[in-house]
Amino acid sequence: MNANPRDVLSGTHYIDGDVASGFGALAAGCKFIAGYPITPSTEAAEAFARVAYKGNAMFIQMEDELASVSAVVGAVWSGVKSMTITSGPGYSLMMETFGFAAMLETPMVLLNIQRGGPSTGVPTKTGQADIMQSRWGSHGDYEIIAFAPESPQELFDYTVKAFNLAERYRCPVMIMSDECVGHMTEKVVIPAADRIEIEPRRFFKGQPGQYSPFKPDDDLVPPMAKAGDGYNLYISGRAHNDQGMPYTNEEFKLRCIRRLVDKIKKNKEKIIELREENTKDAEVVVVAYGISSRVAVRGIELAREKGIKVGQLRLVTIWPFPDERIAELSQTAKAFVVPEINYGQIAFEVDRCAHGRSNVVLVPHGGAGVHNPDDICDAIEYAVKHKEPLEGVHEYKTRLERKVFEEKMRIAE
Amino acid sequence: MEAVKTTAAHEIHPMENVLRMDRIPHIWCPGCGIGIAVTAFAAALEKANIDLNKVAIVSGIGCTGRVAGYVKLDSFHTTHGRAIAFATGIKVASPDMKVVVFSGDGDLIAIGGNHFIHAARRNIDMLVVCVNNFIYAMTGGQVAPTTPLAAYATTCPFGCVEPPFNIPYLADSSGAVYVARWTALHVRRLTNSFVEALNKKGLSVVEVISPCAQYYSRINRLGDGLDMMRFYHDNSEIRHGEDTKNLDIGFQQKIIMGKFVDRERPSYTDRYQDWLKQRKVGM
Repeated sequence: MNANPRDVLSGTHYIDGDVASGFGALAAGCKFIAGYPITPSTEAAEAFARVAYKGNAMFIQMEDELASVSAVVGAVWSGVKSMTITSGPGYSLMMETFGFAAMLETPMVLLNIQRGGPSTGVPTKTGQADIMQSRWGSHGDYEIIAFAPESPQELFDYTVKAFNLAERYRCPVMIMSDECVGHMTEKVVIPAADRIEIEPRRFFKGQPGQYSPFKPDDDLVPPMAKAGDGYNLYISGRAHNDQGMPYTNEEFKLRCIRRLVDKIKKNKEKIIELREENTKDAEVVVVAYGISSRVAVRGIELAREKGIKVGQLRLVTIWPFPDERIAELSQTAKAFVVPEINYGQIAFEVDRCAHGRSNVVLVPHGGAGVHNPDDICDAIEYAVKHKEPLEGVHEYKTRLERKVFEEKMRIAE
Repeated sequence: MEAVKTTAAHEIHPMENVLRMDRIPHIWCPGCGIGIAVTAFAAALEKANIDLNKVAIVSGIGCTGRVAGYVKLDSFHTTHGRAIAFATGIKVASPDMKVVVFSGDGDLIAIGGNHFIHAARRNIDMLVVCVNNFIYAMTGGQVAPTTPLAAYATTCPFGCVEPPFNIPYLADSSGAVYVARWTALHVRRLTNSFVEALNKKGLSVVEVISPCAQYYSRINRLGDGLDMMRFYHDNSEIRHGEDTKNLDIGFQQKIIMGKFVDRERPSYTDRYQDWLKQRKVGM
């Protein structure tokens, strides 16, 4: 199905990533966004609030993030596509209801424009430290889908895609962008509506009385219904059977959770999106995502100038994780270099999938800025020269890290 | 679960239209007032002359949080404290729905207190039923923001030192258009209030004072459910239109009941639609 022309602001825009995501939501057919202002995500909410009327959609500013995400889940169950927008502390506040949405198999989208943390951290500057939180942030077992766009154009494109996958797999989908991309202003081309593919909600078509909200089709995904259609839905965050009725015994719990996990795991190949360059004969593969993947391009260029065979694997989806592809690459590559704006999150996933066959070098960054490409180049050089197997993930110290550390030593002396 | 098989007309439960009979027996303890509140609500649904297919009921967590599971409507059993926020999403995104939040004092007034006052301020068109049993009962009798001063609870073994919220006053001052309070003994009046509130445009709050014969009663030595009902009988007074400031509930003190607020204010959705029209947005 194509997008509704009313929802699509077709044309060439010069806008930031936040605004692009707001426009993407509208194009995807989002009719309701509830949010709470938080830097650096607010512009996405403002953009949607400004243009929502064009698509007969609306924005409501709730009293906090708990309310925002809860209202979104409610709106989805009333039949409309919905999203919430947040960052940092707001993201932490949303975690419980995010797990609730996963349990209810609610198709919704959450945009996180990551900032520096923990706590208030550095509100106006970038970070990539919520990656594991996006995977494990709510209590209990569930699988999720998360994207890490690297440009305003991708924030538009993957906001649309996030809505599509949310509907396809009936699950919450996260867009894990960061302040750099969110506040970066670039050319964004919004195509004509007939060039934008939209996944409509798969509504149950049978009679009331026959509908089981959690009874899956063959693809493990149950069709949706909405309030107001006479199905007498019973939708609960408790572990439930196919009819939605709560049960506490082991067998029902197993069935309920197993499918939440399997419907994503078994469709991994269809969900995962990667971009690869020169990985075929690479001695070193740089694994990066979001803004770090754009910074890494220069680091890789510098390393190639020095004659090192280095390729890049960019994670467009960060969850589900491409275990198989990393394992394959570990057969040929000597090492992986993982620059990320945190102290090691995806690097440990890479190490897990490399099964000890390749070294993994993490280039950490404390946040509030991006990597210096020279550091990435140095880490690549280090990785290629270091022939012995490294114990676990090796943390490569950046220039800044060394400078700060050495200064501290001097003061101590 | 297999539905209850009924053969003869007299075996059909009079509220089968609005209750999920296959979920009965319910989980509430003997002497509890929540079932009474649900019965009154079910009766009101039938009297209110509304399309039941367009009614959604949202509960939070706790004993009263289980109500959604027994009412044959589109039912949502949400996270702790977020019932009103969830319901706001339904109502704002789909204004043709009639939305009822049915939850307890802990859920709505403690963890969900912020949503309670903001929904009232916005005047979201919904009915909020707050069953107040003065205690956290599902978790075994801990102090609530409604526990009367000096009453005992497991987490205040020397008596509650915190003054409780006066729910009607909170609702009134935050902007609710309809505010009433009844005890679980006053079923007929409670039912009438539900009917009125269901037909009211804007945010209505109906507080139902309910016995908790297991936890609140036991730790405070108040006898069984029937004893608590007797207490309501002897110690409650109807004062319609009473200033909500005067509705504090002291430990084993007189309970003032009645309809306190019934006024008109434009609801969130109506105002939003009006302003789109007035400002010719998108036309």
